[in-house]
Formats: sequence, structure tokens, C-alpha cells
Amino acid sequence: MPQEHKHPKKSSDEVEEVEASPSTDAADRKEALDDDVDAILDEIDDVLETNAEDFVKSFIQKGGE
Amino acid sequence: MSVRRVMGAEVEYGISVSGQPTANPMVASSQVVNAYASATVRARRARWDFEEESPLRDARGFDMSRQVADQSQLTDEDLGLANVILTNGARLYVDHAHPEYSSPEVTNPLDLVRWDKAGELVMLDATRRAATLPGEPQILLYKNNTDNKGASYGAHENYLMSRATPFADIVRHLTPFFVSRQVVCGAGRVGLRQDGHDHGFQISQRADFFEVEVGLETTLKRPIINTRDEPHADPERHRRLHVIIGDANLAEMSTYLKAGTTALVLAMIEDRFLDRDLSVEGPVSALKKVSHDPTCRALITVGDGRKMTAVQLQMEYLELSRKYCEDRYGSDIDEQTADVLSRWESVLTRLERDPAECARELDWVAKLKLLQRYRDRDGLDWDAPVLHLIDLQYADIRPEKGLYHRLVRLGQIDRLLDDETVEQAMHEPPTDTRAYFRGQCLSRYPEQVAAASWDSVIFDLPGRESLQRVPTTDPLRGTREHVGELLDNSPTAQALVAALTH
Repeated sequence: MPQEHKHPKKSSDEVEEVEASPSTDAADRKEALDDDVDAILDEIDDVLETNAEDFVKSFIQKGGE
Repeated sequence: MSVRRVMGAEVEYGISVSGQPTANPMVASSQVVNAYASATVRARRARWDFEEESPLRDARGFDMSRQVADQSQLTDEDLGLANVILTNGARLYVDHAHPEYSSPEVTNPLDLVRWDKAGELVMLDATRRAATLPGEPQILLYKNNTDNKGASYGAHENYLMSRATPFADIVRHLTPFFVSRQVVCGAGRVGLRQDGHDHGFQISQRADFFEVEVGLETTLKRPIINTRDEPHADPERHRRLHVIIGDANLAEMSTYLKAGTTALVLAMIEDRFLDRDLSVEGPVSALKKVSHDPTCRALITVGDGRKMTAVQLQMEYLELSRKYCEDRYGSDIDEQTADVLSRWESVLTRLERDPAECARELDWVAKLKLLQRYRDRDGLDWDAPVLHLIDLQYADIRPEKGLYHRLVRLGQIDRLLDDETVEQAMHEPPTDTRAYFRGQCLSRYPEQVAAASWDSVIFDLPGRESLQRVPTTDPLRGTREHVGELLDNSPTAQALVAALTH
């Protein structure tokens, strides 16, 4: 038990190290996000109904409530 | 009270028949309801009890044989009868030209989300069952509120309130709240004006369809505050506030905050805690102004002439709610009320900074983000058909086609509940309202329940000439705590009715 108590918290050095390299990190993240957006739009493209104009036009409702 | 209160949600789904734009929506809606009823409601189909005050035998008129479900036999007269009660205590029926799911009574916003989402699964299951009939085309359902051609259909909420609260107080304090809450619970819409004639994106599906401040109508001259007063409870003690201004939400957080924040404001109104005048100048036009500005920067004039954004007006209600809960509960505040307050604050803070930060939680922001990505990628203006298609298909209830569902699957939208919890609620009622008694009667004694409604269950018992009506006037009786043991000890409906009338 006492040993566990002595477990050090994350050293401040470690934290600083992470913060020390922001530029490449941010660039990586941006790239990952852009890939992500492309992947998302690709997936949405795949499920969108074909012939958007006709599909939307034919969606005619009566009022409700 | 807190966010806890008896409440429910009533959603009319948009409907179309694949490849048949001129199909009769009433027939299609009936096919959906009947397909679900035939497949899942065991034996006799308990009917909705419309005329609670009429002689009991009349209720037999609503008890049709299952043959009527045969689509070829549907006539206009029969169409009005596509109307069933489910074992989860909900009502599934055809309202005008739309299938509608009215959730069972629940006592808190998270349960409202749960049984409202269960309604989406019921509708999905119903369309799949309808499609298995030979020769039947696929029926598509959309959880939205407009066809963008001038028609709108509702997603109503209902909240049980104290009869002692003057209606004028409700109108005064709730109107500014309703004008502004769309920034949290709008579903987003491509198209401006009722018929979508003008191009652009707006926060709410419904805002452009509201024309007056207060009224009884729901289909014409829609009012911000609806005065319909069907308490479905003791009218001396309760009113049932019928809220018609909301959008149908897919995002769980939107529904959760919609019901949770509204319940908090109602609690403050009932307790006469609101001393601040937050009346909005010209609420009907302010409603549209707020909706038409997805940057959330539009200014509206409030009370003594202060100008503020809808987000800031919501923050006034948030601050009052915090004070109210601190005053009433202090550190004894219940978990869900504390959760609603903290999520509400978080969402408003981010909406104030940059609405895009709420894309993981709120329908309108998630939809707008997707639309913007298409606009950026393909250089599209707001009149582009594909943007209108994205708006519509966001609300498609099929997991494989609905864009809300795709975004959830892609990890873009957060949820509050897991699939299993929602699926369970398709069949099981809430345990803490009279919906428990209703739902349990239907699952335990399907052969003997002739009809039911919010405030009654009617039995047709062998050997009894007249039907036996069990009133369920108090929404908070008939819970598992009240009747669980009684039901467990009643192997038959006869035994139950005997015990109740003992």
C-alpha cells in the first residue's frame, strides 16, 4: 500500500513535451479531419437517393395535426 | 417540481410510397398501422376508446375482426379505425394523412426520449412488415415536419400541469421561451417560407407555419401557445398543456433538452417564481427571425426594450432555473434535473461562441454541418436539389438510408441511450405511470381487452353481458408499485376485474 501511495503523478516534463510539438500535431489532426470529412461525404454519397430533384419533388404531404 | 412531471410526445410522420407520388397517404398510413397491429398485437385487437362517456356496449363498435386489416377492404370508413394501443402503453394510429405514434405517459425527459425513440422503431418495424405483403410497394416514413411545399404536420408535446395556474401566466412566460428554444431543439430546414419558395437554411422546421400568439387551432393559423384542453385526468386538478410548436427531433439530446428545459420553465410558472418580464416584442415575427438566422446573432426585443439574441434569452431562463432549483432543492437536487441544467448551460455557452460546436448534439447544427460540407465540396447554392434531399433524407427513419442514422454510425452524433434500452421500450411500458397498467393489461390479457384509452381500460369478459370499464384517471396511479402485485396475482382478466371491484 505505502508503495502505491508513493506513485508519482505524471511528471510536468512529460506534459511539457506534449505541448512542445504543437505544429506537427495540429497539422496531423487537420489532415486526419480532412480525411474524415471526405470519408463521411463518400459514405453519405453512397446512400443518397438517386435523382435528388425528382425525389424531393415527389415528396408531397397533406397537412396534419 | 423539477424536470420531473407527467409528459408525452405525439409525432406525425411524413409518408410516401416509393415510386408512387400520387398514392393516397391515408391508405398508406393505414397499411403501416394495420401491418404492425396484425403482426404484433396478439389475438383480439384492442381499440382506442373514443367515447368514454357512451354506453359501454358502444365500445364494441370499435372492435373489428382482423380481416379488416386486409388492405383491399379498406374503405374511407375503415381508415378511421386504424388505431391501436401497444403493450408499451403507446397509441399507434392514423391522424389525418399521417401515421402517428403517441408515446405512453412518462415522468421525466430521459424516458420521453426513450419512448419517443421506441416510436421510431415501431414505425420502422411497421413499414418493413407492410412491405412483406405480396405486391405492396415500400412505404417510406420521415420524422420531419414539412414537405417544403406548404404542408406541415406536427410533433406535439404534452405536459400535465396544475389547474390552479392561470393560463395567462403560462402564455406570458412560455411564449418568450418558445420563441427562443428552437436554437436548442430546432431540427433544421432547407427552404424559407411555408412553401420553401425562398432559398436558405433555417433553424426550425416549424417556425414559418406559426401565425398567431394564442389559439385553439392546430392546422390553420397555428398559435405559439395552443389552448387545447383535454386533461385526460381530473379536470379539477389538472390541465394537459398541449405544445404544438416543436420540431420532430432525431437527435436524442435535442429531445432531452426540449422536454427537460420546458418542464423546468413550467415548474417555475406553477410556483410563480418568474418575476422578470421577458415578453418578446412581436413574438410571431421574432420566432421566424430567430429561425432564419443560423449564426444565432439576430437580436429580438425583450421586456423593457433590451435587445438580445435567442441564445441570451435562453440564458435568462437558464439562470432563473438555476436559482429556482437552488432555492427549492439546494444540494438535494435530483440527478436528472442537475444533468439537464448542466447540459443546457453547456449547449448555450457553445451556441453563443460558435453554433458549429454543437454538431454532436443538436439536430439543426448536425444537419447544417453536413449541408455546409456538401456546399464547400461541390460549390452549391441553397437551391441545389441535393441539399433539399439531404434535409429530407436526414429524417428517413431507416438506419440504412436515414442520414441522421448514418451520422450516428459514423460517430458524428452523440447518444444518450443504447439500442437495447430503446428496443425494450417498443414493448414494455414505463413502470411509473398508468401506462404500466394499460400496457400490462394488453400483454397479459390480450383476449379480454376490448378497448383502451389514456384514461381507461375496457374489458370484455366471458359471461358478462356488459363491458367492464376500469378508469385510469390519475396518470400517477396504475404504476408497477401500485398494481404490480395485483397483476401478478391475477392470472386472468376476470380475476383482475374481480379484485378491482371487490
